[in-house]
Amino acid sequence: MASTAKKQGVGSVLWDYLTTVDHKKIAILYLIAGGFFFVLGGIEAMLIRIQLAVPNNDFLSAGLFNEVITMHGTTMIFLAAMPLLFAFMNATVPLQIGARDVAFPFLNALGVWLFIFGGIFLNLSWFLGGAPDAGWTSYASLSIASAGHGIDFYALGLQITGAGTLISGINFVTTIINMRAPGMTYMRMPLMTWTTLVASVLIVFAFPPLTIGIFLLMFDRMFGSSFFLVETGGNTIIWEHLFWIFGHPEVYILILPAFGIFSEIFSTFSRKRLFGYSAMVFATVLIGFFGFMVWAHHMFTVGLGPTANAIFAVATMAIAVPTGIKIFNWVATVWGGSIEFTTPMLYALAFIPSFTMGGVTGVMQAAAPADYQYHDSYFIVAHFHYVIVGGVVFGLLAGLHYYWPLMFGNMLSEKLGKITFVLFVIGFHTTFLIQHFLGLWGMPRRVFTYLDGQGYNTANIVSSIGALLMAIAVIILVINIIMTLAKNQRVGRDPWGDGRTLEWSLPLPVPYYNFAQTPLVRGLDAYWIEKKANNGKMMPAESLEDFHMPNNSFIPFVLSFGLFVAAFGALYFASGKEWAIDAVADLPQHPWALWVLILGLAITFGSMITRSLKDDLGYYVTKEEVLRDLEEEEQRREN
Amino acid sequence: MKNRWMNAKWFGLITLLAVFASGCGKNHLSTLKPAGEVGQEQFNLMLLSIIIMVFVVIVVSIIFTVAIVKSRRKNLGEDFEPRDVAGNHTLEIIWTTIPILLLIILAVPTIYLTFKQADTQAMENEEGGVNSEETVINVTANQYWWEFEYPNEGVVTSQELVVPTDKKVYFNLKGADVKHSFWVPAAGGKLDTNVDGINSFYLEFNDEDAQNSNRLFYGKCAELCGPSHALMDFKVKALPEEEYDQWLADMKNIEEPVQASAEDAAEGQEIFNNSCIGCHAVTPTGAEAQGPNLTNFGDRDLIAGYMEHNEENLVNWIKDPESYKPDNNMTGQYDLTDEEIDAVAAYLMELKIEEGAGDVETLRESAEEGAEGSEEESSESEEGGN
Repeated sequence: MASTAKKQGVGSVLWDYLTTVDHKKIAILYLIAGGFFFVLGGIEAMLIRIQLAVPNNDFLSAGLFNEVITMHGTTMIFLAAMPLLFAFMNATVPLQIGARDVAFPFLNALGVWLFIFGGIFLNLSWFLGGAPDAGWTSYASLSIASAGHGIDFYALGLQITGAGTLISGINFVTTIINMRAPGMTYMRMPLMTWTTLVASVLIVFAFPPLTIGIFLLMFDRMFGSSFFLVETGGNTIIWEHLFWIFGHPEVYILILPAFGIFSEIFSTFSRKRLFGYSAMVFATVLIGFFGFMVWAHHMFTVGLGPTANAIFAVATMAIAVPTGIKIFNWVATVWGGSIEFTTPMLYALAFIPSFTMGGVTGVMQAAAPADYQYHDSYFIVAHFHYVIVGGVVFGLLAGLHYYWPLMFGNMLSEKLGKITFVLFVIGFHTTFLIQHFLGLWGMPRRVFTYLDGQGYNTANIVSSIGALLMAIAVIILVINIIMTLAKNQRVGRDPWGDGRTLEWSLPLPVPYYNFAQTPLVRGLDAYWIEKKANNGKMMPAESLEDFHMPNNSFIPFVLSFGLFVAAFGALYFASGKEWAIDAVADLPQHPWALWVLILGLAITFGSMITRSLKDDLGYYVTKEEVLRDLEEEEQRREN
Repeated sequence: MKNRWMNAKWFGLITLLAVFASGCGKNHLSTLKPAGEVGQEQFNLMLLSIIIMVFVVIVVSIIFTVAIVKSRRKNLGEDFEPRDVAGNHTLEIIWTTIPILLLIILAVPTIYLTFKQADTQAMENEEGGVNSEETVINVTANQYWWEFEYPNEGVVTSQELVVPTDKKVYFNLKGADVKHSFWVPAAGGKLDTNVDGINSFYLEFNDEDAQNSNRLFYGKCAELCGPSHALMDFKVKALPEEEYDQWLADMKNIEEPVQASAEDAAEGQEIFNNSCIGCHAVTPTGAEAQGPNLTNFGDRDLIAGYMEHNEENLVNWIKDPESYKPDNNMTGQYDLTDEEIDAVAAYLMELKIEEGAGDVETLRESAEEGAEGSEEESSESEEGGN
């Protein structure tokens, strides 16, 4: 493992990462894979903006455009934003609560490999007959009608990633409830841990409806059932309900951890404890709770009737209250503090007005009759990008700069970071502010082109220029990352100088066992308290003894690979079959599909059986090794 | 740099207000230029919510700016130690209560309008059939065209919706293949055309506003429905009630297909009858057809829903529909030579209704029959909700 091994070959590093169950390395896997998909989704976004820059453009064909928008949305939500948040959750939460790892390290590894294989599977659709093209929402009537295998890639890919997400959610709930260090009561947990807990609970409740919805879609498309075929008694509105019962909490699953990251940053770089901590916790829980009661506001125009619309309108408005509480508490945290304008802090500060704008347009849409106008227009596109980019992506970029030293032991360039920040924020507002008006002027969303003479031309070119700025910002960020990794100037403990929570009390790089001795937590902002009271030395809650750690395992990788293989079998199973839906009935038959399906499932179940029967008791880290590490650390500090 | 960014923010906000005040957008397709009661109510609700929300944004921005400006470490010095404040009950109560009050102000008209705009009781008569006193139009959305049926008058047309001004127009909406969404931005919000059941709502078109946009509004499909979703536009012709009635009567008057006059058109008619009539009717009957009804094709304003109405575009469209509307259902359904297509186009351009030929008096005599005919649909619409 990294901190003990001195110089490793490429092969052994690779093997280490393929088999790791260490939450810190899993965080890096999430970061690499999520970052890759973020760039991919960004390229798709650029293609969209190039196509829409001028009226009647033929840069992308109509069908290809629909594939690009579908993949942009799906990739950004499921393969970029969620995994990147998981990266930071993995990197910080066990450290923040004083744990040596998560509750189920094996499941943690399984989660990341399921996500990676699901994401690869979904994107292979580009090379295997075309990507899904029914939008990231994949509404049933269109997704059933969509010819070819695109939608099957969507269904199977998301099913595999979704399983990974659900597993990780369960893991984090268990970890946070069970693995807290002595003294770390619920009301002393840092906000990042709190938001992770609530988001994980949301995952546990929100992902099953998606799983069920996608299963129904899979059965319809791959096994000839008719849940969504109206002519044989199916109902397509059920898909919309299932999707949004998942889809709306999903928004909070994304934004809550981002809120957590911002809370840490505000407090750190204002040198001030979070204002109204208990109100913040309460608001987080309340948002999570309300998040499940508002899904039908995505369906105001479906025709659910005035009673449903009115109830969901009011429930939606209610969410603005806890969100407002959060905004005001953040501002109050900054108020009277001592602000240092680091890159993460700049993102956090830019987040407040940007997210507020996204929030208020959200309330505007809650007014159902007005939403009949906004719905499915560019106004909505503007709104959710203000929330997702102005909230989640700003949070991810802030978190990337803030937690980078914790994850890699060196600092990203502040200079390049600030250049990225300026370009990204300007680009973001240029791209999306104007889109509110496009929507109000009557431009529907998801259109591959628009006609000249409707008054949309200027606004669209402005929007595309903004997107270009964001792209440049991301390129500079990538350069920044490469330069930082190449230079590799190591930093020591508490690199920002103002760390308040437990993770900053650790030496960098963090030892693979995290804490030599489980720390004793004496209050909120545990490390800050010891900085004031104890010269920054955490008090141990246990004597220095041998302790237990889990073994690495290759099984999660193989298990996930099995599902990846099985997915190809399921995908081609219905091709050309008599009983198949029209969309795939004309395709050539693939008699091998069934065998591939069986083979894949055999690999998966084989892995499960191996895991169940093989005793894997882990190993003990000896007291001597820990003492040696502590001495080394002491010497390094003196130098 | 921070300040400059804040200035940009303010600049953006002021621009936003300025643009809003001037009510940008085109008369015939902007939600900010409402052309009827429904759109006006929705616009008023938007204005109310925008005023409240701009107020919120301004308050947050001011507090936020002050907080940043007064708390910069550069000014306070490296040694300044902020006072650790745990929280403040009074403040928490203030910033919980004020938003709740603001939301109540918004919630009351929201609920009122939600119920008001969903009230389509008038479109049904006592037996549950179509009320012959009201203007009722059945809309069927297809990939990628629109069919409009007037059940009270027994008239079917497509792509170009004709409505009377200054009275409520009730719509029954459904999707024939996949889900679409029926949206006339200037007249009011959208409603989905589900494949599962019928949705009903009403819109209104003011005569004055109709005149301001040359009596022609834009309609759009607002739900992703396939590759040519972006091109699934339609036009709405808003006529004063007498003209509207006359148009319906003229349409109804066409019981036999209009006979071609010119020589090439006559030839075209024959080709049309052999190759096209399976999907395209040229009498205003036969709802839920395979293809758009072409009875008054020569009178229309657009080819394929979005191109300028001339013979050249029509010829190109018939020659290669795929390149104009990808994934449409017309591609490959016929095999015509260029000369034959020219002839068909000439014939189609002649398909005009004879103005004033119909008798308005007898227009709604068949309303009873019409009511019977669509009784089944009306009962469905109850289940489908509104």
